[in-house]
Amino acid sequence: MGNPMKIRASAKDGVTEIKVLMSHEMETGQRKDASGTVIPAWFINEVTAKLDGKTVMQAQWGPSISKNPYLAFKVKGGKAGDKVSVTWVDSKGDTRTDEATVT
Amino acid sequence: MDRVSVGIAAFLAVSAAVATAAYAQQKDAAQEGIEAYREALQDGNPAELFELSGEELWKTPAGPKKDSLEKCDLGLGPGVVKGAYAQLPRYFADTDRVQDLESRLLTCMETLQGKDPKPYVEASFTAPPKEEMIALAAYVSGQSKDDPITVKPKHPKEQAMYDLGKRMFYYQGGPYDFACATCHGQEGTRIRLQDLPYIPGQKGAAAGWGSWPAYRVSSGQMWSMQWRLNDCFRQQRFPEPVYTSDATIALSMYMAANASGETMKTPGIKR
Amino acid sequence: MTQAAMERRQVLTFLGALAAAGFVVPRVALANWDKTAFDAKTMDDALKAFGAGAPADSGDVQIIASDIAENGAVVPVQAVSKLPKTERIAILVEKNPNMLAAAFDIGPDTIPEVTARIKMGQTSNVMVLVKADGKFYATAKEIKVTLGGCGG
Repeated sequence: MGNPMKIRASAKDGVTEIKVLMSHEMETGQRKDASGTVIPAWFINEVTAKLDGKTVMQAQWGPSISKNPYLAFKVKGGKAGDKVSVTWVDSKGDTRTDEATVT
Repeated sequence: MDRVSVGIAAFLAVSAAVATAAYAQQKDAAQEGIEAYREALQDGNPAELFELSGEELWKTPAGPKKDSLEKCDLGLGPGVVKGAYAQLPRYFADTDRVQDLESRLLTCMETLQGKDPKPYVEASFTAPPKEEMIALAAYVSGQSKDDPITVKPKHPKEQAMYDLGKRMFYYQGGPYDFACATCHGQEGTRIRLQDLPYIPGQKGAAAGWGSWPAYRVSSGQMWSMQWRLNDCFRQQRFPEPVYTSDATIALSMYMAANASGETMKTPGIKR
Repeated sequence: MTQAAMERRQVLTFLGALAAAGFVVPRVALANWDKTAFDAKTMDDALKAFGAGAPADSGDVQIIASDIAENGAVVPVQAVSKLPKTERIAILVEKNPNMLAAAFDIGPDTIPEVTARIKMGQTSNVMVLVKADGKFYATAKEIKVTLGGCGG
């Protein structure tokens, strides 16, 4: 399930800017814990963003995306009041979707 | 001095000047790079994720009394969060104590929610009870972002706290014969690429005080001011201070009062 | 079978194997995650997995990042393509254990400018690879890391 994302979306001059912060460990699989055991890789590997129901961004990530990932991008169109939804899926098959309204 | 020596001396002087200039230029490029890096981090501070969870903790009924923290008095009256952090630490009549944010949160959790503060005080900074405190601190501090720091010791207990904080700042001891002032008592110094804020001055105090709680990118952790101070004690090889003890509040009071008039930039983001 | 279908089957087989071993419960099938590309240990292999071969250097591909990262755990990178019909943008780090950090599918309405934050184990070239109108273009920039970001 994970913790909520922080999504900000604002429309200006026919362009909507979407900024997303996600709460995730993004464990690389390269680190060891105190007892010397390798901490298994665990990271978000797919992100999908929709603006007003239409997919506008699909990202595939590896473990070298930073912990608590940040993603920012711009889309043509969109206006205040439109819905933005962002979904991530991680390498354990866990998933989370959050929504925000364009301002 | 013969002509050859004069020539060599002049050559050496010129070389030294060129080398110094080259060094300065190189240093400036590195400094500029670091500044660009810090600037790029500002947009999308993961501390916002902690503010979100802190806000939920603030508003959700919990504890034996099944109440939220929404009526908590952080110094500006019950329920006023906006701007409260920029005016802490301060004297609270109900507890007859000078309190920083985290000690005041414990008071509210005890009085409003009926929670026992002990597990919150004793837990390590990475354990769940402290995670709650840190998230709450992130949320409350975010509600003072861009507000002027306004901490002017007036009450005798505030003045006493400030004086104690100042003494502690300069107090030298421990196996390394260290003080806070060893790192933060001179202007214009740094460790590796990190500038060391000069805490006795207004700007330096604000650079420290005004940017905590902060998200640390190195560890991917959110740190509260209490955690940061605890780490100062560790770095000095001093005994670990008790969470929200007067020793920690005194140092906070010293920093906050020195920083008064500058701007709150909380929650911050650090390397 | 098409290439995409094969890759999809490989990914599903991989997840199936993990699920059988009790590692994961695949609640959502990963249609696009390209395991071959993300597992690549050399730049050549990573580019091959993308079908990129030797991408052309292009001034229309930009990488906006500071010259120095104070901490390799978080290195902000903006990848920009000025090329028409940009379909895909990828960020690769030459000296990371796995080159590929991220790939972004750009829709017709998406402006080909993405900002992400990557981990870097050490000072390295960072490459932005762009697929536009079926062809590949790239640009690279060295980012100095004063403290590595993979050791924890």
